[in-house]
Amino acid sequence: MDVTGDEFAANREAMLEKLAELEAEHAKAIAGGGPKYVERHIKRGKLLARQRVELLLDEDSPFLELSPLAAWGTDYQVGGSVVTGIGIVEGVECLVTAHDPTVKGGASNPSSLKKSLRAAEIAAENRLPAINLVESGGADLPAQKEIFIPGGKTFRNLTNASAARVPTIALVFGNSTAGGAYLPGMSDYVVMVAERAKVFLGGPPLVRMATGEESDDESLGGAEMHARVSGLADFLAADEHDAIRIGRSIVRRLNWRKLGPAPKPDYAEPVYDAEELLGIVPGDLKIPFDPREVIARIVDGSEFDEFKPLYGTSLVTGWASLHGYPVGILANARGVLFSEESQKATQFIQLANQVDTPLVFLHNTTGYMVGKEYEQAGIIKHGAMMINAVSNSKVPHLSVLIGASYGAGHYGMCGRAYGPRFLFAWPSAKSAVMGPQQLAGVLSIVARAAAEGRGQPYDEDADAAMRVMVERQIEAESLPMFLSGMLYDDGIIDPRDTRAVLGLSLSAIHNGPIRGAEGFGVFRM
Amino acid sequence: MITTLLVANRGEIARRIFRTCTELGIGRTAVFSDADAAAPHVAEADASVRLPGDAPSDTYLRADLLIEAARATGADAVHPGYGFLSENAGFAQAVLDAGLTWVGPSPAAIAAMGSKVESKRIMARAGVPVLAEVDPAEVTEADLPVLVKASAGGGGRGMRVVTSLRELPAAVESARAEAASAFGDPTVFCERYLETGRHIEVQVLADEHGTVWALGERECSIQRRHQKVIEEAPSPLVDERMRDELFEAARTVAKAIDYVGAGTVEFLVSSDRRFFFLEMNTRLQVEHPVTECVTGLDLVALQLRIAEGHRLPLEPPASNGHAIEVRLYAEDPAADWHPQTGTLHRFEVPGDVRVDSGVAGGSVIGVHYDPMLAKVIAWAPSRAEAARKLATALAGAKIHGVRTNRDLLVNVLRHKAFLAGEIDTAFFARHGLLTLAEPLGDERLAAVAAALGQAEVNRGGGPGGWRNVPSAPHRKRFAVGGTEYEVAYTFSRSGLTVDGEDIRLAEATEERVVLDVAGVRRAFDVGRYPGLVCVGPVTLTPVPRFAEPGTTLAAGSLVAPMPGTVLRIAVSAGDRVRAGDPLLWLEAMKMEHRITAPADGVVAELPVSVGKQVDVGAVLAVVRAEGEPS
Repeated sequence: MDVTGDEFAANREAMLEKLAELEAEHAKAIAGGGPKYVERHIKRGKLLARQRVELLLDEDSPFLELSPLAAWGTDYQVGGSVVTGIGIVEGVECLVTAHDPTVKGGASNPSSLKKSLRAAEIAAENRLPAINLVESGGADLPAQKEIFIPGGKTFRNLTNASAARVPTIALVFGNSTAGGAYLPGMSDYVVMVAERAKVFLGGPPLVRMATGEESDDESLGGAEMHARVSGLADFLAADEHDAIRIGRSIVRRLNWRKLGPAPKPDYAEPVYDAEELLGIVPGDLKIPFDPREVIARIVDGSEFDEFKPLYGTSLVTGWASLHGYPVGILANARGVLFSEESQKATQFIQLANQVDTPLVFLHNTTGYMVGKEYEQAGIIKHGAMMINAVSNSKVPHLSVLIGASYGAGHYGMCGRAYGPRFLFAWPSAKSAVMGPQQLAGVLSIVARAAAEGRGQPYDEDADAAMRVMVERQIEAESLPMFLSGMLYDDGIIDPRDTRAVLGLSLSAIHNGPIRGAEGFGVFRM
Repeated sequence: MITTLLVANRGEIARRIFRTCTELGIGRTAVFSDADAAAPHVAEADASVRLPGDAPSDTYLRADLLIEAARATGADAVHPGYGFLSENAGFAQAVLDAGLTWVGPSPAAIAAMGSKVESKRIMARAGVPVLAEVDPAEVTEADLPVLVKASAGGGGRGMRVVTSLRELPAAVESARAEAASAFGDPTVFCERYLETGRHIEVQVLADEHGTVWALGERECSIQRRHQKVIEEAPSPLVDERMRDELFEAARTVAKAIDYVGAGTVEFLVSSDRRFFFLEMNTRLQVEHPVTECVTGLDLVALQLRIAEGHRLPLEPPASNGHAIEVRLYAEDPAADWHPQTGTLHRFEVPGDVRVDSGVAGGSVIGVHYDPMLAKVIAWAPSRAEAARKLATALAGAKIHGVRTNRDLLVNVLRHKAFLAGEIDTAFFARHGLLTLAEPLGDERLAAVAAALGQAEVNRGGGPGGWRNVPSAPHRKRFAVGGTEYEVAYTFSRSGLTVDGEDIRLAEATEERVVLDVAGVRRAFDVGRYPGLVCVGPVTLTPVPRFAEPGTTLAAGSLVAPMPGTVLRIAVSAGDRVRAGDPLLWLEAMKMEHRITAPADGVVAELPVSVGKQVDVGAVLAVVRAEGEPS
């Protein structure tokens, strides 16, 4: 790759522009409920959600924040009024969830729920102890229809984790009432902050309405009461710092052992500069690029042993290691997946399962090839083989959308619905059933055919307007921020961070055992 | 001929004497208290004998045990070093009675000079000028200020300056107590106190055959609490004429008592350049190395030769160049010279300097003995060059784990007045102790180096404190003295950078941190220990992120400022006290520390008794202020 050429410079310029937009959106999530509510919160002597998280984590340790753009494109605050991520506490990788009380009192909206459930799913799949930093006014009541029924899973997840011998810890900083009371209620360890935590099923007004009893917050759900009387609190913290200190001391005693194999300790950094990742993907995704340029900048020592390099060359497969973890990589080279590529992928996925090697999918696909020749040669069969392999594969999968991810190609490359342990997108990515122009064109052809069938004249002006409109809509809905807002990925990342993100993901994954599939579905031959 | 020498001492002087023994082929016998069992002087000896206990009175002051130790190890000579029994005529006699060689003057000469009161009389008779002595009971307003001194004293112990008659009784009483404890003789006397005197002394060396050398003078005017801190040879004050007079007086003193061996005649020089005999120290001085540096002699070797009966050449060698010595103490000059204790994790002095130390990396500095860690001596052709060399060596020294007076020493050595030779015993007061004790290093930058260095070590080649959605910088806090420094930094793509400042980490290992400060690379030596980071000359205490829930102290609690022993108690529980009243005295590092009532009130609790060992922070007494509920 020529890193001094105009093409590289233009690609880089386009990527930097997208990164600036991304930073602006991340800033919205960080800003929480805005200056007024943030100041009020601080004035009450409280720590912000991210401050709580930072204090909880080991010094100078990484934090992989998840779904930071949840709720993007909805009416709710970007970020979904909750912070989730994987961080290291006393040397243990934990799934940390912190309500942001500056956003409507930390109330849960449909996006918050999706985000929290995704975090719980990550914790369960990767065997991560969970720490909940609780301060939430419960459900955003006007949106209760989207929260109440599915939200029950929150509490079920906690006790399921506990039963799976993965501890859960709740540090209660403030309100955790009504249904929210089950957050501490279902956790293995509960710490409450004196004079701040408030945990009850029903507050004084509700109690008076229900039974006529006069009561107050402290006697119904104060931290002192729960620590000394009800026993719901295992520890009474003097203040927020103290609660976090106690939380850390709980983790210190979890006797936590990772079940996956340890990484090789002395791995080399890539030979090629990660900075150059900015200039690889063209602004226009119609122009193909060589994914080996990406691989060379994210794997240990830039060493990549390619498998079947001369066969099905539109898909690159091969072995490498990342932060000392062995990985198999599948990366689209020229967009289209043909029968050969599908068969190559199927074989490679089976090989990885045979030797318990996690897989990384680097997406830049326009989908499986169409056309008479290909249909007759069995492209459906071969695509199905690949989808069968990826669906039944049991080694952990990581997906990164670096370019296009269209059609069934998205499935075959382990798209969201295929359960990758983590899925991240570059700002350059796009994902939809097909490209916007193709989709608009298909609609146009179908409409024209329908008009002809009815013997009516076709309105060319309306067709042009429809195509523009559809193209715009599909383009907008295939962009990563939109998809991230829908929780269809775990975050949009700076391409230069790809190695760090994948390395941290792999490390988190290795809390659980790594074991390939014993068998697959029947491969249609 | 001496075949094996027992050094009845410890620390740096024991090691110093052993060094000469090694050169001369003389066997080395050490003695050690329990606290000194792991001390370097023990490790360097051929044989060593334990003196059970820690207190000097149980160990290094036990003449009987020392002579038994010599017998047990086959030592045929005893060198007393300085301090302890070095000026104890009874011990000298006991050594001689045991048939051993005593490396020092005769018991009679020691006795003659042992009493300061007596020695002054002898000198006055011999025509040497002396400061008039006053009976404590007869001090009048006209005599003020006066110095209360222990007759048997030395090293500043048992000395008190009194400026008003009202203070006199208390000063006399406490000087008596300290003298009794330190020297076993409570006799004290008063003399006129020269507030701006200069302390100049002459090294004498005399053999049994009548040769008496006045070997050169030393100036020791930079003092704290009457204890020498910086010494040099020659004195910048003394000219040829004065030197002749001083040498003549010194020889007169030595001859007056038929002195044999090494000794030092001390004079106080007033601002009008008149000198007065103060006392004669009948032993090797702490500051003898500066004389060795300018004369090229080994004074310990000469002491041993004289003890063996050899003759000195008729004339001493000429002096050459200039030598300066500093005494590196484990103490906090800015906090009333409080002695410091703890583990000296590392002790290294770079450069072309002589280091006479009693400690090494890993030594534990305890409460039982003098807090002097080492003497550092530099020689150069001129005084200014010697000062520069010594200051640079000290500034670059790695002294990790225990606070010392290093910064003060360097500041003095670089001070304009010092370099101009304008020194006297009031130097610290005149130029301001707090200014002189100013920290050497840039504390803020040291905190940055400590923070970024630690962050790099914590990262260990991994992503460190990487964030995909950075919301706030990382922070580390360090305390230096009472000041707290917070460093905010980020793991950026170009490495570790300080927020809001043009400072970047260039490289970091466990022992070295290089910062890029606005394009200038600055290197720092770093030492990391539990609860402690040393960056160059700056010692930082990492502030923990979380306060451990601790026990809270009752209001009005007086806690021990340092580990020590309760010496005396002036009050009982229930007594009414006024603010400033002494409640009890704590002895630590051979100094008395008075604990006074913080306010008018009642002694509510007194959980200690005389003789009790207390740790730093232990509650000594609780004074409940008047009107406060019980």
